[in-house]
Amino acid sequence: MKDRNVYLDNNATTPLHPEVKKAISGLFDIYGNASSLHFFGRQAKSAIETARADMASFINADPDEIIFVGSGSEANNTVLNMLSCCSALCSSKYGGKRQIIVSDIEHPCVIETSKCMGQKGMTVARAGVQRSGKIDIGRLKDMINENTVLVSIMMANNEIGTIQDIKSISDITHRNGALLHTDAVQAVGKLPVDVKELGVDFLSFSAHKIYGPKGIGALYARSKAPFCPFIRGGHQEKGRRAGTENTIGIIGMAAAIACRRNEMAQEARRLTRLKQRLKDFIKDNIDDISFNGHPEDCLPGTLNVSFKAAEGEAVMLYLDMEGIAVSTGSACASGSLEPSHVLLAIGMEAEDAHGAIRFSLGRETTDEDIDYVIERLPAVIKKVRGMSSSYFKKG
Amino acid sequence: MDKPVEWVYTDIVKDHFANPRNVLSDEASYKEDGKGIVGNIKCGDQMMMAIKVDKRGIITDCKWKTFGCASAIASTSILSEKVKGMKVEDAYNISPKDIAAELGGLPEHKIHCSVLGDKALRAAIDDYYKRKGMPNKIKRNNEQIICQCMNVTDKEIENAVKEGARTYSALQEKTKSGTVCGKCKDRVISLLEEYSGRHYK
Ligand code: FES
Repeated sequence: MKDRNVYLDNNATTPLHPEVKKAISGLFDIYGNASSLHFFGRQAKSAIETARADMASFINADPDEIIFVGSGSEANNTVLNMLSCCSALCSSKYGGKRQIIVSDIEHPCVIETSKCMGQKGMTVARAGVQRSGKIDIGRLKDMINENTVLVSIMMANNEIGTIQDIKSISDITHRNGALLHTDAVQAVGKLPVDVKELGVDFLSFSAHKIYGPKGIGALYARSKAPFCPFIRGGHQEKGRRAGTENTIGIIGMAAAIACRRNEMAQEARRLTRLKQRLKDFIKDNIDDISFNGHPEDCLPGTLNVSFKAAEGEAVMLYLDMEGIAVSTGSACASGSLEPSHVLLAIGMEAEDAHGAIRFSLGRETTDEDIDYVIERLPAVIKKVRGMSSSYFKKG
Repeated sequence: MDKPVEWVYTDIVKDHFANPRNVLSDEASYKEDGKGIVGNIKCGDQMMMAIKVDKRGIITDCKWKTFGCASAIASTSILSEKVKGMKVEDAYNISPKDIAAELGGLPEHKIHCSVLGDKALRAAIDDYYKRKGMPNKIKRNNEQIICQCMNVTDKEIENAVKEGARTYSALQEKTKSGTVCGKCKDRVISLLEEYSGRHYK
């Protein structure tokens, strides 16, 4: 049945870049604790600081503004949690402001944490999005007020790929005296990101979405923004994140970013072309479909399609049998029974959300891969619709 | 590179999913003796089942269609094979547990998907009884579906209360009612109060 393996789930995670493999395979002998003053420690420390400086310059930050953390989720948790810190010192930093605003399409690590903040006495407002997945800026303006301490809006969405206009959002946020955080896990390394130009106070990113190792992420915290550590009890990262540094992860992340410097622009053009091929094919050859996400302001490799009346988990698993790996907005695949909150937030009917498939292309995706998907996809959709109790073809 | 990696599902599930048996391809011209549709597409699954029954009350054919995931497809496929040649009365008593067992087990969070086939079958048999003028045979006559998403009836809620579920969350855990869209919450709670009153005072 399956003639090749095609990995189109790069928004979930990516394979290691060969250069990253090379960079970290030489590192297993650098085992010193970066906090130790002896030679072994200094060796680790200097490697980490070089990595920090490289990464900082990639997003136009100062090295001191980069804090290494365990994941994108940790970076996001750190930002939200610091606002509910009740110590006198912390609350004074925020001038007693109690409202936070997060969008409806944030990653669960932001949404769930914001709910927890709500239980701790913060007021949580949810910024809605339009059909394209873009923040409704007008509504955001109405929502934000002098009581708002933080706005958290992701730069690019993992499911539908929509890219937000962070610059305008930061203008509105700062005009109202609030801080802006953006979860840029899907953006850094795929799109140009310049923290000064965007005007963000906090920005989260991660290595494994851009061909780096798993278990390492970073938080940009503007030097003038207030900060309160989430993980305490160590002087690492200038007291902002306790825990012995993940030397191998950090260097692997820096290596991944170094590769992105060279490859990002060209790859974006290539992925846009490959995605367009797949999109055109689907549009011309499969009936009753709709594309989700913004048609232009979208991650180059992300294509989200709803196949009417074809349940997503079934489609995903039939594709898996053909060797094609994708993901779905269907509840059944997640085990939660709820279809994707992102698809519901853009106003999709639950039924269509259950039939949404995300193809996310990456640097290893080839024309042959797309040929193969084009060859196998129609039969899979036909098969699922053939047994669908809700598919009635007109005519 | 291509080592076999475990599926979440057993080989039997995989086989029935890959090659579903008895899918109804031509609904318009199929002359069934009973037909049932259950589930709710909003909640991600819906099932239609149709049966043919001979004069002796034996199921001679069973066909189905679904908007459902792999476990819904596989469990209905295996069920449709199993019921052929069975007496309607016996088919009526097949439980989701029997189906899950035939499939070699299902992951915990997928059990509810397999419930669908079994409920569709009973709905089809009820329809057959109705068409044959034997409504007294319908056991679920007095039962009512309270939670549309999870197909939970008042009877099941009553049983769960009898078995010790005394809070809404305990009920949710036991019956899975109210765990999807939540629209049924008020009714479930009022039944919970009613049955607790009836069985515990
Ligand atoms: S009706 Fe949707 S959860 Fe009960």
